[in-house]
Amino acid sequence: MQDVPSISVAIIGSGGAGALTTGDILLEAASAAGWQGLATRTLGPQIRGGEAAALLRIATHPVECMPERYDLVIGIDWLNAQRFGAEILAGPESLVIGDADAGEPPPILRDGGARVLNIELKELAAGIPGGRPNMIALGVAARLLGFAPEQIDVVIEKRLAEKGESAIEASRAGIRAGYRAASWIDYTCKLAPPPAIEGKRWLLSGNEATGLGAIRGGIRFAAAYPITPATEILEWMSPSLVKAGGILLQAEDELAAINMIIGASYGGTPSLTATSGPGLSLMIEALGLSTAAEIPVVVIDVMRGGPSTGIPTKSEQTDLNIAIYGMHGDAPHLVLAPQSVADCLFTTQWATYLAETLQSPAIVLSDQFMGQARAAIPRPADVAFIGARAVTREIGGTYKRYAATANGVSPMALPGTRGGQHTAEGLTHTEHGTPTSSAEEHVKQLDKRRDKLDGHNYGDHWATVEGDGDLVVLTWGSITGAAREAIAQARGEGIAARLVAPRLLSPVRPKEMQAALVGAKRILIVEQSHSAQFHRYLRAHYELPAEVQVFSRSGPLPITAAEIKNAMLQGS
Amino acid sequence: MQCPAPVYKQADFKSDVKPIWCPGCGDYHVLLSFTRAFAQLKLAPEEIAVISGIGCSSRIPAYTNCYGFHGVHGRSLALAAGLKVTRPDLTVVVASGDGDGYSIGGNHFLHACRRNIDMTYVVMDNHIYGMTKGQPSPTTEPEFDTALSPGGTGVRPFHPLVVALASGANFIARCFSGNPNETANVLAEAIRHPGFSFVEILSPCVTFRPDESKWKEQVHAAPVAATTDPGKAARRLMTDDGFNLGILYRGDRKPFQPASGASGYDLAQLERDFEQ
Repeated sequence: MQDVPSISVAIIGSGGAGALTTGDILLEAASAAGWQGLATRTLGPQIRGGEAAALLRIATHPVECMPERYDLVIGIDWLNAQRFGAEILAGPESLVIGDADAGEPPPILRDGGARVLNIELKELAAGIPGGRPNMIALGVAARLLGFAPEQIDVVIEKRLAEKGESAIEASRAGIRAGYRAASWIDYTCKLAPPPAIEGKRWLLSGNEATGLGAIRGGIRFAAAYPITPATEILEWMSPSLVKAGGILLQAEDELAAINMIIGASYGGTPSLTATSGPGLSLMIEALGLSTAAEIPVVVIDVMRGGPSTGIPTKSEQTDLNIAIYGMHGDAPHLVLAPQSVADCLFTTQWATYLAETLQSPAIVLSDQFMGQARAAIPRPADVAFIGARAVTREIGGTYKRYAATANGVSPMALPGTRGGQHTAEGLTHTEHGTPTSSAEEHVKQLDKRRDKLDGHNYGDHWATVEGDGDLVVLTWGSITGAAREAIAQARGEGIAARLVAPRLLSPVRPKEMQAALVGAKRILIVEQSHSAQFHRYLRAHYELPAEVQVFSRSGPLPITAAEIKNAMLQGS
Repeated sequence: MQCPAPVYKQADFKSDVKPIWCPGCGDYHVLLSFTRAFAQLKLAPEEIAVISGIGCSSRIPAYTNCYGFHGVHGRSLALAAGLKVTRPDLTVVVASGDGDGYSIGGNHFLHACRRNIDMTYVVMDNHIYGMTKGQPSPTTEPEFDTALSPGGTGVRPFHPLVVALASGANFIARCFSGNPNETANVLAEAIRHPGFSFVEILSPCVTFRPDESKWKEQVHAAPVAATTDPGKAARRLMTDDGFNLGILYRGDRKPFQPASGASGYDLAQLERDFEQ
């Protein structure tokens, strides 16, 4: 047996076969045992039925991306498995296990030279009262990954507690049957034991991490309009906000949602909404209002394939343009992008802090990949970013809501404050907030709103800058994890490369970027966009002092570390 | 020693910003009714938020000495909903017009009535888009000729009071800007009434609808007192002549206020969802 630091598993079945549950249980067991991991789900557009697969990677180290080929592919059945196409691949080292009674694995899984084995999942399940083939598959996976059956039992007992002892017993028996059936397989890899850890592992999705980051950052009001793949943020926040003394209000549409949070924030409550591309398109006009009236709000955009309805269940990095340039007029505002499930927490918390401090809207560009992925991670560190809005409580003399100050931030009088009455205004206004079309006043307020954002000290959080080498991989968002892994792999082959991934996309940081790129000979830009939106953005705002190579392609398939490494090698 | 609460006069609710309205515009009288109602209710200017969208009528917040929000076109009710649920201590009055409120903001009108948050919605209806110089609105008569609709739109006008009733508004009234005393009284009643109160104020546009000068002869007080029966109210509203003034419906639905936990909750407890 050989101890390996990471193993990847794909569990496939038609809808209702229990593939997704099997994956959830495996990740939970791995996390309870101290491993780290990442799990994504892929399924057809049907609400019920169709094809479903749980994709997992479990490791002794942090996991932020999925592999190109899965070590272990288990088909509870293969009914619609061919629909996954290139999304789930197996290679010569892979092991593909299925039930011959439930059909053949699709050619795409066999053609890579994988070893294909048969286990009678259905027949074994039939031998157990209340037995289900997916529990047999779970036992098989547990055995091959090196879990003891008891490690799975713990999770089963927790998850099936409400279903009663007989359901738990049927699952326990199923797991053991699968375990025995897999015991004769000469699978030579075994996960290396997890390192000792302090405290408990966390298991959460990027969307849940986003919700927690928001509440930690001070958000106490959310307006909600459901949209895939952002809904889980709002569903997690709904009871959590109430516990934290906040409120969630369901809106009639995204136009209402964004205006509701502007209203709540005007009243002094840090506020958020979460949406995806189509919703962001509808919110843009009011985001301009939030910029002009200087009302802080946080809008989470969990990006999905576009344009139009696009591919709601798959990831893409193609809302960069609308997030940065969507508003009419000159409307400087904050745009940030988390880089992993764990970073969804930090970046959302930071975005809330920045929005409140700078009295500006902040758009947070998450995406379907990290939003809906579940990760087993160490407990994210507490950070000190808690929204602190400049509020004036004592008004002496005439109050100027939009007073020109040294840093451009004007203390806000909240409704209820005597003497602070003013009208928050979307028209070009004077320092008092009175509408005007004077050129001088117009420029004064444009300058103020630009300067307050540009002049802020964002510290080191503006970007991830790691490693050295004259090759720079310049990327953003959820691709950062795959890029980091590609760089680690390339290092094994003697190539030193640097990772630069801005977390703060607007306002741009030319000086900091220049420092991050010092000494670069070649810059490889990596992004998930058909029209290379990030490349064009970089060209518009930054000096790129080296040869530039672009690896940019659309979704829906995730960009893998292998692809990035190939691009790194190609240019060298 | 505690400071005695100041008593505010009507003039204290008016700002010194000069309105952009045309001379003779009905909205001047609406502004007068607003300030009169606020003084009548013995409110303090800083306890009131006047929220609006875009259009002539939506300019009203800055002409008051209250907190105000002049937002985007058609979305004032949504903005006000977010404010009121998080700041139930404030008196929230939403000001709109027939274009802002019934056309671009139509969907929010339905849902604000349905939601029944405790606020007052005032629509200054002049049956025209005035700020953009005379295009037909959802309440413009089908034969009314404009540059955008030569010969008229041929489209039946919208019936805001009936829509409000069907959608669940808890208080429905119609006023005429030319009767500022009565309008102020109705506004004060509307603000006092719990839940979502809808007050439609017929407010003539002297510039693009000079024909509306005859409204002052057409309006008349409702012949019967306000009903609390929505069925009766529906029949009355569907059959009245559009110039029937007064409080026409008073509901008794409980205002909506979303749940919220106590403050002082230890956020670390939220992390338990995620711990393994």
